[in-house]
Amino acid sequence: MSKSVSQIISDLESGATTSVALVHDCAARIDRLNPDLNAVLSVQRDDALKAAEASDARRKSGKPLSAADGVPILLKDNICATGGPTTCASRVLENYRPPYDATATAKLRAAGVVVLGKTNMDEFAMGSTTEWSAFGMSKNPWKTDHVPGGSSGGSAVAVASGMAPWALGSDTGGSIRQPAGFCGVVGMKPTYGRVSRYGLVAFASSLDQIGPFASNVEDAALLMNLIAGHDGRDSTSADVPPEDCVAELRNGRLAGLRIGRPRQFFDVEGIDDDVRSVTDGTLDILRREGAEIVDVNMPFAEEYSVAAYYVIAAAEASSNLARYDGAHYGYRAKDSANIVEMFSRSRAEGFGAEVKRRVMLGTFALSAETFDAYYVRAQKARTLIKRDYDNALKECDAILAPVAPTPAFPAGEKTGDPVRMYLADVFTLSLNLAGYCGLSLPAGFSKSGLPIGVQLLAGAFGEKGLLQTAWQLESKLGIAGSRTPAVFAR
Amino acid sequence: MEFEPVIGFEVHAELKTNTKVWCGCPTTFGAPVNTQTCPVCLGQPGALPVLNGRAFEISLGVATALNCEIPRETDFDRKNYYYPDLPKNYQISQQFRPLGRGGWLDIDLGAEGTRRIGIDNIHLEEDAGKNIHPEGATHVDYSLIDLNRAGTPLLEIVSTPDIRTKAEAEAYMKGMKSLLEYLDASDCKMEEGRLRFELNISLRPKGSSTLGQKVEIKNLNSISVVLKCIDHEIERQTDILEEGGEVEGESRLWDEAKLVTRTMRKKETSFDYRYFPDPDLVTIVVTEEQKKRIAEELPELPLAKRARFAEQYGIPEYDAGVLTANLQMADYFEAAVRAHDNPKSVSNWMMTEMIRRLNEAGEDAGAADFAVRPEALAELVRMIDDDSITGKIAKKVYPLMVETGRMPSVIVEEEGLKPIDDSAIEPVVRKVLDENPKMVAEIQDGKMKAIGGLMGQVMRATGGKANPQTVQTLIKKLCGVE
Repeated sequence: MSKSVSQIISDLESGATTSVALVHDCAARIDRLNPDLNAVLSVQRDDALKAAEASDARRKSGKPLSAADGVPILLKDNICATGGPTTCASRVLENYRPPYDATATAKLRAAGVVVLGKTNMDEFAMGSTTEWSAFGMSKNPWKTDHVPGGSSGGSAVAVASGMAPWALGSDTGGSIRQPAGFCGVVGMKPTYGRVSRYGLVAFASSLDQIGPFASNVEDAALLMNLIAGHDGRDSTSADVPPEDCVAELRNGRLAGLRIGRPRQFFDVEGIDDDVRSVTDGTLDILRREGAEIVDVNMPFAEEYSVAAYYVIAAAEASSNLARYDGAHYGYRAKDSANIVEMFSRSRAEGFGAEVKRRVMLGTFALSAETFDAYYVRAQKARTLIKRDYDNALKECDAILAPVAPTPAFPAGEKTGDPVRMYLADVFTLSLNLAGYCGLSLPAGFSKSGLPIGVQLLAGAFGEKGLLQTAWQLESKLGIAGSRTPAVFAR
Repeated sequence: MEFEPVIGFEVHAELKTNTKVWCGCPTTFGAPVNTQTCPVCLGQPGALPVLNGRAFEISLGVATALNCEIPRETDFDRKNYYYPDLPKNYQISQQFRPLGRGGWLDIDLGAEGTRRIGIDNIHLEEDAGKNIHPEGATHVDYSLIDLNRAGTPLLEIVSTPDIRTKAEAEAYMKGMKSLLEYLDASDCKMEEGRLRFELNISLRPKGSSTLGQKVEIKNLNSISVVLKCIDHEIERQTDILEEGGEVEGESRLWDEAKLVTRTMRKKETSFDYRYFPDPDLVTIVVTEEQKKRIAEELPELPLAKRARFAEQYGIPEYDAGVLTANLQMADYFEAAVRAHDNPKSVSNWMMTEMIRRLNEAGEDAGAADFAVRPEALAELVRMIDDDSITGKIAKKVYPLMVETGRMPSVIVEEEGLKPIDDSAIEPVVRKVLDENPKMVAEIQDGKMKAIGGLMGQVMRATGGKANPQTVQTLIKKLCGVE
């Protein structure tokens, strides 16, 4: 197991390591593992070394920009960062270099965090396995013929395989929590509005949220502290006071805590036995530690999430992705006879199958004749789903649910059946529709040795409490760092 | 059969803000192409819009002045269509909950009084960039795009089809332009495209209450062009109807070279804009306090100013109407009167000498840019009033003021137009009397009319520089009739 961020920080403080050494280590690990795992799409080695040297100089003069000054990070390739490409794992943006930093990127740089490169993902974050990346799928480090989950699969793989101690992902319907679960790392989806979306290439604007990947809860909390906060450049950014997720991280208590168990989520058919036993085992630990397990009802979340999500997300995506027409930047089809042909061929040639499927779905949902039957009804369902959360959270402090019905599955298993792929998102989608926060925590392993995560979910701006609970639970589960993927040996 | 036109307007006014509606880029007109841009107005991946509060406030002011109902909640929607001057391939506009609905504009029809034209809705949106087609080249296979204008705040004011005559259409356009100027909402420069009128027009048998098939017409860049276009469209549609044909519902473009409209887009191929609420922007709540404040902060509007001018300055209602028809003119008048308190004379000079010249300079020419500043006009009137110059000299001085922009006192000095000293007038008068014994005799016989003839000769002899009052007194005295 590679070192945690908190250990790295104390090593930097004591002089036991330097930022330059960390960058070299990470880069070497990427060189060694990435040809196989394909987690990283681009590395800005020279820029990262320069930033690391500057960081070391600041440390030397006793003026670090933050505690995390000098820690390397990888960013999902839909988060804009100057100095390199931001491709969204799409042919359309293969050569696109953003002229600006996303707010999250800028905040990290301002804290001295060293941006090392960009991670693989499903094209435009549409997918649950990274198999829809235009640049090849990422592989699960625990079993390389299995998917790592998605869409932020590259970030999950990178952290799980020690390519970087931290990574950022984005979660529109589970795209952080599910790959974190599949790869055995911690991943958090903050409350909608908690982290600025400025510079996050939009998939579904009302659902997208940037969040951290780390190998443990404390590291995730450290990263949350760096990226959260109101941003005047994002109208949907919440103007709430920032919360320190780290200072009181260990002060939570499981005793007396009420944990909601959404009956409908556990009654779903097709939940894998290993997932069921890990989830139940987690509930047993909580019970043993004095938490009260409360059965809660979330019927709409279970029944309507998939349908509502795939209408709303696709509708927004169809409009958000309209700009990729080859006129201003990105892929342009050659030798078109006129502008309409240029638009249409650039998009037909540039986008992959899943993106086209969703753009068409969304275009249909927004059409004048279908708008009320699809988009408006999906919004109504969304209101009911949010109400499910509000009602459930009146009876408990946090909700516990499986991340996905199964652990990571073999590559290619679901790519031919999009509906089956969509249904596998049933446990993660509703949180984005509600706009609330949640995280995925490694909770156990399948019989075949694949990690299995559980989700802890809470209401708006409940990150601090959620992380406290997660930290307590993590320490009782006792599996963080207990096993490492075989690739670590390499 | 006699037909009656049914006319409505969509007004697009670029708002007078320093920065664009979703980003901080400047809105200055005429900057080098693509220099006033940033990731937001370029539609770069990941960039997000943030509403320009000033643009929204100005819009609320216009909605209030147009007597619209302003809902408590208003929000923005996306209008999706592909066009290269629209970098996101959607325009952020307001479809479902616009910021104003159901107002009116009272238009001034001169002797016929006023008429109330309904406002269906007012909404705030963003302007697009401009496609530039390379000039001169015949075989170019590309267009260029300038995105300086992309994201400029655009207020769309949609009227109900209440207009029935060309005169009403003219009064509506002038009234709307005047109102937007009064509110300082827009530069209203039609030639620069900062104010655009889109016309919709249909015909129906006179007296009928049903609506005919309407046609929308774009590319109308001055009020006079709109009026020409109305004439043309009435003629075109009348011809179609009289031949038993049907007017097609379509968008047409005005061709200024040929003075005709031609088809731009047929209605049946008009596409679905797939409107939906923009998830990047939030609902804006307009409180009662905000509405009250905006209403209180509204400046004096054209009709109120007109009434005040007539009352306060004692000028005829008609003159007050002309002077208040646009804010620059009204401000000019009041500035001149502040500098010299002779409103009637100031008004007369403006009504005659100034307006003629402004009209000659085109629809966009404003009093604010006129070479003769209000202080200069005030000085001219003062010089007449205190007999420093004669009215006749003033008429010579004014064109020089227009030409040079200099103060009248300077012009009078430099051009040697100063009045002749009274003592120098007497010899001239004596000379004229000597040369005209017959007229002198008439005067002495009590035929005072002859004084005019003699005065004319004296004025000619002095180049108009003699004070006419002095000349008259001297003639009478020397003829011994006083």
